[in-house]
Amino acid sequence: MGALLEVKNLNVYYGVIHALKDVSFHVDKGEVVALIGANGAGKTTTLHTLSGLLRPQSGSILYKDKEIAKMPGHKIVSMGMAQVPEGRRVFADLTVEQNLRLGAFTRKDKNEIEETLSMVYERFPRLKERQKQVSGTLSGGEQQMLAMGRALMSHPDIILMDEPSMGLSPIMVGEIFGIIEKVHTDGTTVLLVEQNAKKALKVADRAYVLETGRITMEGKASDLLHDEAIQKAYLGE
Amino acid sequence: MTKEKKRTLTTYAIVIAAWAVIEILMRAGLLSSHLQGLLVPMVYYAITAVALNICVGILGELSLGHAGFMCVGAFSSALFSLLTADVLPGGLRFFLALVIGTAVTALIGFLIGIPVLRLNGDYLAIVTLAFGEIIKNLLNAIYFGVDSAGVHVSMQNQMALGLQPDGQTLINGAMGVTGIPHDSNFTLSVVLLLLALFIAQNLIHSKQGRAIMSIRDNRIAAQSIGINVVRYKMMAFTISAAIAGMAGVLFSHNISTIQATSQYFGYNVSILILVYVVLGGIGNIRGSVIAACILYLLPELLRGLNKYRMLIYSIVLIVVMIVNWAPAAIEKREKLAAKFHPAKSAEKKEA
Repeated sequence: MGALLEVKNLNVYYGVIHALKDVSFHVDKGEVVALIGANGAGKTTTLHTLSGLLRPQSGSILYKDKEIAKMPGHKIVSMGMAQVPEGRRVFADLTVEQNLRLGAFTRKDKNEIEETLSMVYERFPRLKERQKQVSGTLSGGEQQMLAMGRALMSHPDIILMDEPSMGLSPIMVGEIFGIIEKVHTDGTTVLLVEQNAKKALKVADRAYVLETGRITMEGKASDLLHDEAIQKAYLGE
Repeated sequence: MTKEKKRTLTTYAIVIAAWAVIEILMRAGLLSSHLQGLLVPMVYYAITAVALNICVGILGELSLGHAGFMCVGAFSSALFSLLTADVLPGGLRFFLALVIGTAVTALIGFLIGIPVLRLNGDYLAIVTLAFGEIIKNLLNAIYFGVDSAGVHVSMQNQMALGLQPDGQTLINGAMGVTGIPHDSNFTLSVVLLLLALFIAQNLIHSKQGRAIMSIRDNRIAAQSIGINVVRYKMMAFTISAAIAGMAGVLFSHNISTIQATSQYFGYNVSILILVYVVLGGIGNIRGSVIAACILYLLPELLRGLNKYRMLIYSIVLIVVMIVNWAPAAIEKREKLAAKFHPAKSAEKKEA
């Protein structure tokens, strides 16, 4: 069986700016793959292209052996690829539960939705406590949890996470990464985009390093964690 | 859920009660004929306010072209009624005119929506304003007639239509459409208002409505959970246009002659309707109806004050705005409410 998600020679432009240069990588079923890199390296661009928000100039994105590079975003979600957008993006005026229910927008079976909802509450007890609270009043970390829970509501095969640790306190960052690990052990494949390279490499199986639109390094996450060049550039040691 | 349902039912009840009171006053001969003449316009402005609130409040896009949609509904239904004036009985004719006026406006709204909804914010507002003006000016310049040979259209003058002696000029350029049957009345208008409210409330509480509001609240998040943004935006815009078209049908069947002038279909009318929506509360459907009724009647009732009536009207607008939305005023109001209903406000605080 091939990879769950396979990206080949992806080229993306913003006007004349060449943002992604021949980016290729793959994610196998059941893996946690991290995409690390500095600001402006093209991490978010990669995710936006995968989720159909941006159109690549050339290259292919195979998901479940189907070409999705030209598919509209909402169809990609219903194929089982969920996204946790950068900066949390919860529906601030809606309650926690309403947010979660919207996450199941593409699903029909009501019983299954209820089942997933109780699963999400089990995974995020703090969201259950705040069920009826308007989500704009949640703390940053809780909003991140809500965004993750909402993505899980679509019952995805793979979940794309864009900078889940951004702007959170160190304790909350630890908690969020703990949840990522649990989501993974529940059987969901994860593609994680992170600036916090150390944390990302600790939870990931494999990782790719993006530098100014190009993949410059790849390998097992544990190897990269001990790689000297990586340590110097991203781990601050 | 039940709370929302209660609110919706209360809205219907208010409308029906208002209708009953006015109807009784009218039967008892207590309303002057001037006032009676204002009733149907009041209701069609209320319907248009509901329509615009779907666009502004639910979809979250500012449209300044809704007078244009009213114009389309008014003209298309008027043409139908003129053509079938001798063939169909009044009730059926008006019903079909309503269906046709609404459908044509929905189609025009859909077509305009295709380019317009690519924009957002101020840009969208400006483009809808332009489309509204284009519709008005086009209908002002067009000559349209039928005879035994078929349909004739001209942009020059009536003579250029070259009609046979049995022909009939339907749209006579700036002279507009004349001889429209007077098929609408106050009761029918209220029924249509209830229909508009029913459509709006059902939309808001449906899955589609939640999708539309989620796009308004956060477009990227909406896309990330698999909502087809383009489709739902088009849906809301088209429904909004169609309801405005419905109000247009009432308009044309209330006066026998319609002309595509600025007074009835210009952008200032669109802005007037926007004022109703903003004062009634953006996204608050019931508020739109109440604001439209009061603010439509106010300048008319102040006619006696002659020169000062627009001044008073403007001051009322400012006062309402301040009382409704100034933070200090909201605080005062809440304190007052707490005095009168201590239990209720405590409940509110907890929520």
